[in-house]
Amino acid sequence: MKLLYFAWMKAAIGHGEEIVDLPEGIATVGQLVEWLVARGDGYARAFRNIKVVRAAINQQFVTLEAPLAGATEIAFFPPVTGG
Amino acid sequence: MTVRVQEAPFDAGAETAALTASRTDIGGIASFVGLVRGEGDAVRALTLEHYPGMTERRLAEIEAEARSRWELLDCLIIHRVGRMLPGEPIVLVLCASAHRGDAFAACQFLMDWLKTDAPFWKQEETPDGTRWVDAKESDDAAAAKWK
Repeated sequence: MKLLYFAWMKAAIGHGEEIVDLPEGIATVGQLVEWLVARGDGYARAFRNIKVVRAAINQQFVTLEAPLAGATEIAFFPPVTGG
Repeated sequence: MTVRVQEAPFDAGAETAALTASRTDIGGIASFVGLVRGEGDAVRALTLEHYPGMTERRLAEIEAEARSRWELLDCLIIHRVGRMLPGEPIVLVLCASAHRGDAFAACQFLMDWLKTDAPFWKQEETPDGTRWVDAKESDDAAAAKWK
């Protein structure tokens, strides 16, 4: 499964892309976040304020409750600031 | 109906001329050109990061939504990424329709939605270093009024 991070989340984690093998029992985006946060300080900093974090599965916006089934690419990013 | 994400600057006049070339059905074009603000000397440059793939997909979806709501004869969205300097253009939205009402409304809708729904992020270079621009609640409110 490919994970992507953007903007200040990428800076906090130290890279913008990685491939991970998820352990069993991680079924939702929220559970994935908990697993990532436990991996290190950079992840903990990136996800510190979970209310502002946006997520997308296969390039479609999702909520933390969304199931990971069928996901090949999951992205996490801050609120967008284009335009 | 075109969506482009590019590093190069754009020429709004040339894009408008291309949109209307050899057509006689268009009654008007509403356009919006967004520029990099210098904020005095506080912003030396702006770097736009985006999510390649999802950006183009979201812009196309937002444009399709505009076409479903208003009678548009053509539509163009160009959004730049990469590093740009104060005064340079960032974003162009053109909406062509037979009558001005649809063009004005669709243009404002596209800009309001693009600001809150398309995955772009701005980083400013300031005299004190770089900083990521925070999202504005006023942008959320502007997008919400179209829901």
